[in-house]
Amino acid sequence: MTTVERPDYKIIGTSPIRPDGAEKVTGAARYAADFKPAGLLYGAILRSPHAHARVIKIDTSEAAKMPGVMAVATHTDLPAAADKVEAIGESAVNLKELSSNILAHDKVLYHGHAVAAVAARSHFEAEAAARAIKVEYELLPPVLDVRDAMREDAPLLDENRHTKVMGGQTSDKPSNIASHNRFEDGDVEKALAESDHVVDREYRTRMVHQGYIEPHSSTAMWNSDDTIQIYTSTQGAFGVRSLTSQVLAVPLSSIRVTPLEIGGGFGGKTVIYLDPVAAVLSRKTGKPVKISMNRTDVFEATGPTSGSYIHIKLGIKDGKIHAVDATMAYEAGAFPGSPVGAGAMTMLSPYDVPNFRLNAYDVVVNKPKVAAYRAPGAPAAAFAIEQAIDEACKALKLDVLNFRDSNSSREGVKMVNGVAHPRIGAEETVQAALASDHWKSPIEGPNRGRGVASGFWFNAGMQSSVIAGVNPDGTVNLIEGSTDIGGTRASLAMQLAETLQIPFEDVRPVVADTDSIPHNDVTGGSRVTFATGLATYEAGMNIRKQMAERAAKLWNCSEDDVDYIDGELHCKKDSTKTLTFKEMAAQQARTGGPITGSASLVARGAGGAFATHIVDVEVDPETGKVEILRYTAVQDVGTAIHRAYVEGQIQGGVVQGIGWALNEEYFYDEEGHLRNSSFLDYRMPTTLDVPYIETIVVEVPNPGHPYGVRGVGEVPIVPPLAAIANAIEDATGHRFTELPISPRRVVEELNQLS
Amino acid sequence: MDAFEYVAPRTLDEAYAAMSNGKTTALLAGGTDVIVQLRENRRHADQVLDVKHIPELMALKITADGGLSIGAAVPCAVIYENAEIAAKFPAVIDSASLIGGIQIQGRASLGGNVCNASPAADSIPSLIAQDTRLVIGSKSGTRELPIEEFFAGPGKNNLQPGELLIQLKIPAPKPRSGAFFNRFIPRNEMDIAVVNAGARIQLADDGETIADAKVAIGAVAPTPLVVPAAAQALIGKPANEETFAAAGEASAAAATPIADMRGSVAQRKHLAKVLTVRALRGALERAKENS
Ligand SMILES: Cc1cc2nc3c(=O)[nH]c(=O)nc-3n(C[C@H](O)[C@H](O)[C@H](O)COP(=O)(O)OP(=O)(O)OC[C@H]3O[C@@H](n4cnc5c(N)ncnc54)[C@H](O)[C@@H]3O)c2cc1C
Repeated sequence: MTTVERPDYKIIGTSPIRPDGAEKVTGAARYAADFKPAGLLYGAILRSPHAHARVIKIDTSEAAKMPGVMAVATHTDLPAAADKVEAIGESAVNLKELSSNILAHDKVLYHGHAVAAVAARSHFEAEAAARAIKVEYELLPPVLDVRDAMREDAPLLDENRHTKVMGGQTSDKPSNIASHNRFEDGDVEKALAESDHVVDREYRTRMVHQGYIEPHSSTAMWNSDDTIQIYTSTQGAFGVRSLTSQVLAVPLSSIRVTPLEIGGGFGGKTVIYLDPVAAVLSRKTGKPVKISMNRTDVFEATGPTSGSYIHIKLGIKDGKIHAVDATMAYEAGAFPGSPVGAGAMTMLSPYDVPNFRLNAYDVVVNKPKVAAYRAPGAPAAAFAIEQAIDEACKALKLDVLNFRDSNSSREGVKMVNGVAHPRIGAEETVQAALASDHWKSPIEGPNRGRGVASGFWFNAGMQSSVIAGVNPDGTVNLIEGSTDIGGTRASLAMQLAETLQIPFEDVRPVVADTDSIPHNDVTGGSRVTFATGLATYEAGMNIRKQMAERAAKLWNCSEDDVDYIDGELHCKKDSTKTLTFKEMAAQQARTGGPITGSASLVARGAGGAFATHIVDVEVDPETGKVEILRYTAVQDVGTAIHRAYVEGQIQGGVVQGIGWALNEEYFYDEEGHLRNSSFLDYRMPTTLDVPYIETIVVEVPNPGHPYGVRGVGEVPIVPPLAAIANAIEDATGHRFTELPISPRRVVEELNQLS
Repeated sequence: MDAFEYVAPRTLDEAYAAMSNGKTTALLAGGTDVIVQLRENRRHADQVLDVKHIPELMALKITADGGLSIGAAVPCAVIYENAEIAAKFPAVIDSASLIGGIQIQGRASLGGNVCNASPAADSIPSLIAQDTRLVIGSKSGTRELPIEEFFAGPGKNNLQPGELLIQLKIPAPKPRSGAFFNRFIPRNEMDIAVVNAGARIQLADDGETIADAKVAIGAVAPTPLVVPAAAQALIGKPANEETFAAAGEASAAAATPIADMRGSVAQRKHLAKVLTVRALRGALERAKENS
């Protein structure tokens, strides 16, 4: 479904084979753990067995004597980092806290917190030596749940932490509540009082992990001239460079980061864990050192997303959302920085809500520090509000999709942060859902039900740079600094091919290291196809301009008389004078040398993305198992550049949402030990657990991009949690307000077992 | 993981000799349990002894008396790809075809599943229900024992030092009998049973009364559990839902599960009932086919 007449694109909207496909399919592509320079040493990290403890003493003397061991490191090998905040894509990090997350200082704050590291000649020798490090701990009571952590008498993770409130003030008493923000408009008390119907409910979600297949791995070489090379798996090589330089207190330019192929990240690889440790061990040994996590390390000690508590009062008046009063508390993990702000700012965005008051709390607990995860903060918020809406509609006998349509946000409606929406596709996605085959087909049979939910994500712009060099044979090298995590080599090459009107196969995209291309922000925020795409477009236009200038010289005419049509240069005044792109490329040497187009920019106008999902489920009341029978995801994608990858992003987001809704959770025992740090017990869906995810691609072009691109990668994970909960309610008559809606929870509830 | 030596004896005698050379030994059949345990430092061994080259452990046949003899190291896939076995011993296939996924089944053996002695192992309740006997060998000869006497606790079996499992022997199915195994997992594959259950019933001449029965459940106690009370609830009774429900209650009562990340006590006791009933329904259907 397209809302405006679509330009006559040649390449945009097709689904060519990705440039990096053959290497990845044959196994030739190099990932971080494949990187093995000569003389490589292997690092291993000793992690805390406790959730909360003071580190009294670390004795590495035995470990240092173990066979094969070349060096040992603890936090004393890291310089004291500045107590200041550094932005990394969609989130930000305090450097001092980052440093103590990388190697614990005086306290360990979660099970799995890194305490010390070893470099040895083999991986197994390093592991054995790490186990031989003796650490004396003084155990402290752990705080694991967000609401427990907020209590006045809760044990404190940091005695010096005070609550920051809006306007720059801080609380007098120390607290685990790192910040409290409020978004407010209208008169909520009055509006709730005058509503026809009020839903008043609490919702809880658990900490969940992105579950990328490739564990983190980093190899560092600290050279004798104090330059440092890092080969790593990351969503942002420039972020690794800047964070590592600050943690190590070395000049930014002394570090060169080469991003290798990346086996998934979903936001989790925007931060650093291993790079500075590998660098320190390399400095001590004079050899390259590689540290790779195993799956347990990844679960215990990288950044999942927050568990949350949300209390909502939703008032409906005359079929409209009249008021929302919400308290939202998100677990940040060991250090502040949960995405509760984004949760609050996205929650009401699909709707036009006149009266609201959202209190948002960022709370530290003895669990790993959270990192970004696909639309960070938004899924939990949608889990709450979209269920409240469903409940209200059922109570008032209103159709759930028609209600969303008549309450929909649109251009000009303000978000809770006061910013008005530009042209968006909120209504269009709801209307496409209403018109879908899925919505029109009946759902029948016992224990079956249907649910819908909507969702929003901002999408990001930020900084991008590309360099495009025309080869003499008419192909173009596209050098970019955005690591390719979701097929962006293809989506960028397609935009350059469209701009230059040359075949897609003639564009050769390369992801460069940090010495070879100017700054690029992270691959995150669904921003690369949009922002780096914008830079690619500008670089392409720049090449066209240079070609026109040269043609004008060759033809002795003015530049204004040269047209660029279908990849060919034409002289307006003399139709016999034409040059194809390839012919012009071949003439570079004698017309002024290589033609290079480049662009560096801060992209503004990232268009927000909206989605509405429909799901059918069947519940086995005897076992509590929920089967997904049918799933349709409707999404406004702006313009689909690579159609198959757009659909793939939508399907991937839905599958992660299904896992989050039904089974995934960080399972801690009372002492704060993570008990399910493997893919056996951390249950992500397998291919047998999900049906084919149907996609309906709505295209409301983003006015902020020449091809109308909106980010597509994140919003598809926003609606599934609520859509599935709503479907389960429809099937069973029971409303599940706590995630995951696992067989245990369902069977206990339906059979009143506990 | 620590370094270890790898040995691959060709005969039982070579194996017994290697097992008494004073080194800590880990036997390796398909390796789908033991390799994981070694890699994750949950187990240490000086030597890993691969039993897959010993002919007795790789033999698979239906014997003259109609029984099934399974070499301890025969991979699951070899078992379920045998059409005759699949037809005559469908409950063995129930287990063999759901352990892990296809790749795992190409390696994983029933002997390994049994010796690993997980309370949640997916072959054991089914093998118990079918009156399986284990043939155990050592330097000093062989001994046989009913499978239910083999388990000592989570991950612990009753093998003595120097002993290994050679064979599993399942008696020929009686007329009008059928066996069935099922488990509950939150996903549809690659998961560990929250509870599992195997059942066998034999119908009397009238085709309605249950003449003999055996029920076993897993993941609800330190070892897989035979439930004599369930058998009592079945034998002599008509094979119907009411009878099955009573047997299910007996399973729930016998279950003494723990609560962990895989399930709660209440959930497991409830599932012991549900899965027992479902196993009995499946067994009844097969018993009728076998009449
Ligand atoms: C991905 C995956 C999925 C799995 N899914 C399931 C599942 O769904 N259900 C399930 O029950 N299990 C499952 N398992 C566990 C495992 O695959 C099974 O227990 C399998 O049957 C073990 O057989 P094996 O031949 O690989 O045993 P091995 O790992 O070779 O051995 C298992 C144990 O038995 C000992 N042993 C082996 N042979 C002998 C012998 N002849 N005599 C004495 N001791 C011996 C070994 O020393 C070891 O302690 C899974 C494992 C993996 C890795």
